[in-house]
Amino acid sequence: MNYFELFNFEVGYDLDVKQLADRYRQLQRAFHPDQYASGSESERLLAVKKSAQINDAFSTLKSPVARAEYLLAMAGIELSHETKTLQDPVFLMQQMEYREHLEDIQQMSDPLNAIMEFEQTLEQEQSALQQAISAQLQNKDFDAAANSVRKLKFMIKLNSELERLEDQIAD
Amino acid sequence: MAYSEKVIDHYENPRNVGSFDKSDANVATGMVGAPACGDVMKLQLKISDDGIIEDAKFKTYGCGSAIASSSLVTEWVKGKSIEEASSIKNTDIAQELALPPVKIHCSILAEDAIKAAINDYKSKRS
Repeated sequence: MNYFELFNFEVGYDLDVKQLADRYRQLQRAFHPDQYASGSESERLLAVKKSAQINDAFSTLKSPVARAEYLLAMAGIELSHETKTLQDPVFLMQQMEYREHLEDIQQMSDPLNAIMEFEQTLEQEQSALQQAISAQLQNKDFDAAANSVRKLKFMIKLNSELERLEDQIAD
Repeated sequence: MAYSEKVIDHYENPRNVGSFDKSDANVATGMVGAPACGDVMKLQLKISDDGIIEDAKFKTYGCGSAIASSSLVTEWVKGKSIEEASSIKNTDIAQELALPPVKIHCSILAEDAIKAAINDYKSKRS
């Protein structure tokens, strides 16, 4: 049973995050090891295994990157541990500019406002990439989808650097 | 995880940070990124008309190992022909900096940056 089946979703990139959280809670309750406290040894073991699988499935399906990587792995493309470099000059040049902008924010007169604006830019970038991933997976254009996932990883990295900067400034 | 002394040295005193004018016919630019960690590296080579690398500059956003790998590479390529520079292997970089296995991808990034820069040079010249 794959993660989508486990959560009673159709296999695909787009899914309702709220529905995902609801079903997670239902599944967690149904298979919570405490429910099997009076059961046999093998029943208890099975419940522990099942609830571990439910947790793995939830964290995979919840993350836009992990979910795409899971779908690509189902199609035979392993991305999660690759060491291949991305060589897309236009995209990378823009990444450089974003990184430079991130460095400049600290010296700005209103850094918190600049952070908010940058957050919005990155949000747009991420949702555009997620839309692309969804369409590319639907069209079974797996190489293109893999490239979009790689780009999404750079955006997420930028986002976490931005959050770190926000924490620094707030302190 | 502890960084080796050489990594710390390059990280604290990075060599040849900066950039050249990208549109200069003798300047080759290599841009590479590592999706796994989100590191981005720009390596620029100033190449003479007879194919010798006269100068090199880099700009890297990434961890200490990525910065050290690119800094080291700028030192290594200077004075080399483009053929010699393209024979630099990531294993040479990893060995020199004593990179642990989880940081090998940083040396791959630096090797690929040289290759990308040389490709840029060749496409500019053709």
